[in-house]
Amino acid sequence: MNNVIEIKHLSKSFGQVKAVQDLSFCVRQGELFAFLGVNGAGKSTTISVMCGQTAKDGGDVFICGKSIDSGIRDITEKLGVVFQNSVLDKALSVKENLQSRAALYGIKGKEFKKRLDELSDMLELGDIINRPVGKLSGGQRRRADIARALLHKPEILILDEPTTGLDPQTRRLLWDVVGELRKSEKMTVFLTTHYMEEAAEADYVVILDSGKIAAEGTPVALKNKYTGDFITFYEYDEDKINALGLEYEKVGGALRVCVPDTAAATELIVNHSDIFTDYEITKGKMDDVFLAVTGKKLTGGEEK
Amino acid sequence: MTGLGNLIKRNCKLFFKDKGMFFTSLITPLILLVLYSTFLAKVYRDAFVSSIPDFLSVSDKIINGAVGGELLSSLLAVSGITVAFCSNMLMVQDKVTGARRDLTVTPVKRSTLALSYYISTALSTLIICFVAVGAGMLYMLKVGNYISATDALLILLDVILLVLFGTSLSSIVNIFLTTQGQMSAVGTIVSSAYGFICGAYMPISQFGPGLQKALSFLPGTYATSLIRNHTMRGAIAAMGNAGVPADMIESIKDAVDCNIYFFGEKVSVNAMYAVLAGSAAVLIVVYVLINSLRKPQKRK
Repeated sequence: MNNVIEIKHLSKSFGQVKAVQDLSFCVRQGELFAFLGVNGAGKSTTISVMCGQTAKDGGDVFICGKSIDSGIRDITEKLGVVFQNSVLDKALSVKENLQSRAALYGIKGKEFKKRLDELSDMLELGDIINRPVGKLSGGQRRRADIARALLHKPEILILDEPTTGLDPQTRRLLWDVVGELRKSEKMTVFLTTHYMEEAAEADYVVILDSGKIAAEGTPVALKNKYTGDFITFYEYDEDKINALGLEYEKVGGALRVCVPDTAAATELIVNHSDIFTDYEITKGKMDDVFLAVTGKKLTGGEEK
Repeated sequence: MTGLGNLIKRNCKLFFKDKGMFFTSLITPLILLVLYSTFLAKVYRDAFVSSIPDFLSVSDKIINGAVGGELLSSLLAVSGITVAFCSNMLMVQDKVTGARRDLTVTPVKRSTLALSYYISTALSTLIICFVAVGAGMLYMLKVGNYISATDALLILLDVILLVLFGTSLSSIVNIFLTTQGQMSAVGTIVSSAYGFICGAYMPISQFGPGLQKALSFLPGTYATSLIRNHTMRGAIAAMGNAGVPADMIESIKDAVDCNIYFFGEKVSVNAMYAVLAGSAAVLIVVYVLINSLRKPQKRK
């Protein structure tokens, strides 16, 4: 697969604050790429540079083979962006918003009507299409935002914390639409999120801390590297578990034992088969990875 | 210029649909109307009557025509600037709401975006000013109209030039504003101050000599004078026809700012046009230059 985004030694400072420092990574075509970090880690600055909205101090950014220094207009045709907060005009209807934005990509008349029908079906916009954006609920507004980002069939969809504060139904719809577009149009998705379960679905994850890459890899590789496995016993004799000499904790009605990796779990099963009657082996979660890498917890946008 | 037409349409729609922005832009003209209906009309009328000797008979219709012309000129003089400033606040509001980021993430050129703000502001302001001209003409027909067809056309020309000037000036000021607070501050200052400094509330001739000299450097002064010349010319000529001596007519024209002096030299109407059109053109060039030289917006 080709790299559709290549960032080499990107740096950007705001006065004394080094927002992004020597950042290098690649995103491959069709990939779901997750960019994680607490607020102020440099995610939005990187996106802003990629979109040509913030001048970089150093480094190179190539999108679809073109440098942002010389081909930003071509690049913007390939990018669709769902911003953290809705940026549509609240006084205008969803249709008026989409119409005014589509015209900026040269999409007008019948072409616009056709695309509007497609997006309306895809994102269930029928009921809200003629309503002012300012009078929509958060979920409805998000659907309109996504429709706006997809107007020109972008090759790369940038989702900047797209599901924060959304109801489960809209979150599901968003991910269904994104999943379908990735499958049918090989669309690349560049995601920043505070929801670790969304990051766990990514093909590749970069964790940013204070403007630098703290860790990167596939979710499985990151879990293997930064967390252990967990054996959850649903039926257990605590004395026997205690005798194993391993760290454990009670979770609900179960007891969870932490082991270094899957091999260690297998070894335990082989050597102590009598205690393994009702159990489950799971890998660590992305939350654990994030905590291990940055020393911070990432929960719904708040650093803890 | 992809999308220019749609951007202009969007900007105009937003201005007229945003009740806050729309009514804020009309505050100064509305204040003027309130002042006029409560006491200004009487002050203007008394000034005209007292300046005309008792032995001359000038009809109420002529006096009313002159007073109405002064009001109409004041109304247009303030509207051309304050409406332009408020309408052009969309440029700042787009930065505040983040809509500008959404617009600049498209292939549209920044120059196209800048031009769209300029044209839509000029269009919105012209629509409001032309409605004001229409309403003003109807009022004049009721109280005593002395505005000829030629003067009516010249008033439209004056308004167009004033609006272009106001739009250029507001574009240059607004380009540096980035927050709601700055937007409100500029809107309030312009709305409250412009009525005074352009001579809408009170003729500039009533101000002290120092202030008069300072105001003679402002192109808006000549815009007010131009419009006033064309709204009042017919009524003043009718006063002349009614027997008011020429020197007294000149005094009246001095008093109502139809005559403006630059360091003692009377400025001709043609010179006023040159000042207004020239300053609008210079400001447009400055606006284009600022837009070309500014780097992309920086943010975290």
